[in-house]
Amino acid sequence: MVVQALKDQGVDVIFGYPGGAVLPIYDEIFQQNEIRHVLVRHEQGAVHAAEGYARSTGKPGVALVTSGPGATNAVTGLTDALMDSIPIIVLTGQVPTFMIGSDAFQEADTVGITRPCTKHNWLVKETDKLAGVIHEAFHVAMSGRPGPVLIDIPKDVQFATGAYTEKAKRKSHYAPQVKGDIDSITELARAMEKAKRPVFYTGGGVINSGTAASQLLRELVEATGFPITSTLMGLGAYPASGDKWLGMLGMHGLYEANMAMHDCDLMINIGARFDDRITGRIDAFSPKSTKAHIDIDASSINKVIRVDIPILGDVAHVLEDLLKVWKSNGRKTNAEAVGKWWDQIKEWQAVDCLKFKQTGKVIKPQYALSRLEALTKDHDRYICTEVGQHQMWAAQYLNFEDPNRWMTSGGLGTMGYGHPASIGAQMAHPEALVINVAGEASWLMNMQELGTSMQYGLPVKQFILNNERLGMVRQWQELLHGERYSSSWSESLPDFVKLAEAFGAKGIQCHDPADLDDAIMEMLNHDGPVVFDCLVEKHENCYPMIPSGKAHNEMLMGDASTAGVIDAKGSVLV
Amino acid sequence: MPPLKIKKGASSHSAYNLRPTFSEVIERHTLAVVVENEPGVLARVIGLFAGRGYNIESLTVAEIDHEGHRSRITIVTTGTPQAIEQIKAQLGRIVSVYKVHDLTVEGASVERELALFKVAGKGDSRVEALRLADIFRANVVDSTLESFVFEITGTPEKIDAFAELMRPIGLVEMARTGVAALGRGVAELM
Repeated sequence: MVVQALKDQGVDVIFGYPGGAVLPIYDEIFQQNEIRHVLVRHEQGAVHAAEGYARSTGKPGVALVTSGPGATNAVTGLTDALMDSIPIIVLTGQVPTFMIGSDAFQEADTVGITRPCTKHNWLVKETDKLAGVIHEAFHVAMSGRPGPVLIDIPKDVQFATGAYTEKAKRKSHYAPQVKGDIDSITELARAMEKAKRPVFYTGGGVINSGTAASQLLRELVEATGFPITSTLMGLGAYPASGDKWLGMLGMHGLYEANMAMHDCDLMINIGARFDDRITGRIDAFSPKSTKAHIDIDASSINKVIRVDIPILGDVAHVLEDLLKVWKSNGRKTNAEAVGKWWDQIKEWQAVDCLKFKQTGKVIKPQYALSRLEALTKDHDRYICTEVGQHQMWAAQYLNFEDPNRWMTSGGLGTMGYGHPASIGAQMAHPEALVINVAGEASWLMNMQELGTSMQYGLPVKQFILNNERLGMVRQWQELLHGERYSSSWSESLPDFVKLAEAFGAKGIQCHDPADLDDAIMEMLNHDGPVVFDCLVEKHENCYPMIPSGKAHNEMLMGDASTAGVIDAKGSVLV
Repeated sequence: MPPLKIKKGASSHSAYNLRPTFSEVIERHTLAVVVENEPGVLARVIGLFAGRGYNIESLTVAEIDHEGHRSRITIVTTGTPQAIEQIKAQLGRIVSVYKVHDLTVEGASVERELALFKVAGKGDSRVEALRLADIFRANVVDSTLESFVFEITGTPEKIDAFAELMRPIGLVEMARTGVAALGRGVAELM
């Protein structure tokens, strides 16, 4: 019944790991060929792989794990998906209904443990309800603000036969509002006409809303000529090659993007949530602006930053109406003022905040990513990352032209996310080039998934920027903790080339800038999984940076003095 | 203080809606939450308050529609106007929640709480206990030679006042149900 319901939902691949409490479902999977099962090496990997699949396709990802430890290992992935609004369905086995509560072998209160880290979850105790719940789960995961859902299925319910509920016959009261209030949309259009220093601030909501939303966003930017910046999660919704693009904003965002946010007089937030990595010091956040916020989640509006024009609704629906209102009334921007605003922005852009010098015989991480960008930009390319300095450099130095091409753990910041996510993305796009930009420490957290890539012949490229440090931790210790590098260097690292070879994959090591291009080409030309150990400068810091507790216009730049920049109040922030 | 802002979509246009949403004043609000009566729904609601650090002053829950599988949770909470708005929005996005109503801003409402008091004593204090109970319209639901159990219904303030008076007389134990509340008038909350 589970497999039938998944088929009816159009599922073609699931990521999982078997165990005692899910054997009946695995038995069904064995007897069919429509749904492909990918055996991961750890349940956390199954959930991240489902996330990678979901983010790179816009379709829900599915993971299947067993009870007890299977379920608890899925918790990190579920929380990650909740924070980043990724639609995934996790099926967990459970001990038989008559044993629930008896501390049975591999029993855990899965719905209790996962209640705060799912959008919704179900424990199905009656077989007749199972199919209906599975259909409802897909609906909940995909509607409104997307998110992870979990269905806990006791083993006796899996064994029993019952009535199947057709997908169309599912009843649901869950129907979030998608159309925005037209009065508020008109108010925003009026504010856009008057704006002298406008900026679009877009987020992952644009990507979650579907490709139509990205298309409408591009039209809106074109129609208005306003500058646009994006959060980490929203990269690709507007093309990096677009002439209105300011680059990413936030803690490690670009100087011009953050300065524009600080000095603007109209901020149009589309599907972003004023995360603390974006706002910096709240009371100094964009003090002079009127703020509009388009979001499908009412709890995101006025949560952190008070907004003047709230619009509750789905990004694509609201943008469609906004464009209609804008075009039908022949609205025009204040061209003269916006022109001056662009002059100001061009001055900021001239600072060239991402400038770096590649000198000497050691590869700078920025250089490594610049070369990776240059050599792969014409490929059908999907990028995943782990978490840390390399993630920020990847966001800064790689360019994204389309949505769903960038998979990174933004909200939760999960080290170990990227490797399994890249497997999920490669499963969804077998012909594409999938690269996981990693740090050596993050990558080791889920390196066992190399076995998965090998088993299924997935030619995922693991591009490891190896500085033998927990780079971001080290950077904070340098800036905040008197250069006392407590436990932030990686000792006893494996030989990554030999490690790759032990799994049967290809390993490449590169330490000389002069060899880098050839080595990257060797990686790209290899038809199979590659672990690329790129030895980089060990003490490089990631700039620009807005230190905790500081405002957007108090950024640290590459060679700026960093002494005393973070006060006592800021140092307690993370 | 930030300028006043009228909230859109409120069911009435009373002056209650003219609240500055970003003030530091702590307000007390009574929320009526209609939920699907499924296992774990109360845990979802309480977990939200615990996980996000919101206050619960009182909480009552019971099924109100057996056929429709609906329960009504009445929550009295305190917080800044911004926190109250967040609480309502966060409750509203729980999948098993049908509707969230803020009785404090949606026009007049009535609130009642039931409490049981055990008062022990002999002689004059028994007489005094009975006389106070009479004044507060509390009923005697159990009696021994040395104790009474009183049942009292009223606003939380009335029950507090009754407890204050009974304490010196011999109040040994009390149980309170928490607040149940309904909006006034003919309208149904749905």
